[in-house]
Amino acid sequence: MPVIRYTNQAVLTFPSRSANEAFARSAAASFAAQLDPTLDELGDVKTAVSEAVTNAIVHAYPDALGKVQMKLRLYPEGELEVIVRDWGVGIPDVEKARTPLFTTGNEERSGMGFTIMESFMDTLRVRSSPGKGTVVTLRKKFAVRAGGRA
Amino acid sequence: MPVTFAAHNRDLTLSLSGEIDHHGAKGLLEELDRELDAVLPRALTVDCGHVTFMDSSGIAVLLRLWQRMEALGGSIRVVGLREQPARVLRAAGLERMIQMEY
Repeated sequence: MPVIRYTNQAVLTFPSRSANEAFARSAAASFAAQLDPTLDELGDVKTAVSEAVTNAIVHAYPDALGKVQMKLRLYPEGELEVIVRDWGVGIPDVEKARTPLFTTGNEERSGMGFTIMESFMDTLRVRSSPGKGTVVTLRKKFAVRAGGRA
Repeated sequence: MPVTFAAHNRDLTLSLSGEIDHHGAKGLLEELDRELDAVLPRALTVDCGHVTFMDSSGIAVLLRLWQRMEALGGSIRVVGLREQPARVLRAAGLERMIQMEY
């Protein structure tokens, strides 16, 4: 059996409707509240989650609704992990997709989603298989502040 | 997300509020395009004082406004930025193209 290292986890599954972008980032911020974050840290998490979930909603299922899953995990030492998974079309060239300003989306997309995720979190990992789906893993360590953490 | 307009001659102020994300961006872009077509502003001020959240959809919205003002030969500035939207816009390097005030 794999060793479970995380101390808390929440798993959310929702259809790829754009109304769920706001839901997902608010849910992630609520989960992260356990880490006694600063407003800036919460803003960073909301921003990165919004990008990851929007990518799944816009690109994974271009012609239909599909399933999007978000796992939120807390690790010892105040680290948050967010895993956003879809079972959609996949990304043929992940390196190219991560290039700033590259987009296959419409005019309301800027091509800056992965750049923002990289700027606002400590690490970003993207695994994708064409026809099978995409997994985006974001991690961020939160500063321990005076007063400690429950 | 709600948007209000105030035009004085050809000086146009757009006041945005709430959260700017992909869900609302398409409708917002259409509304902004219509207003710019109607006013053809020389000077555009985008007031973000009531924008509580923005992701990269906000970058797309401001880039579009910048392109349109370039095409009209006018100016654009963004005012009243709160911390989170300012961080997003700075991460995209938008302050190199658009005057921003906090």
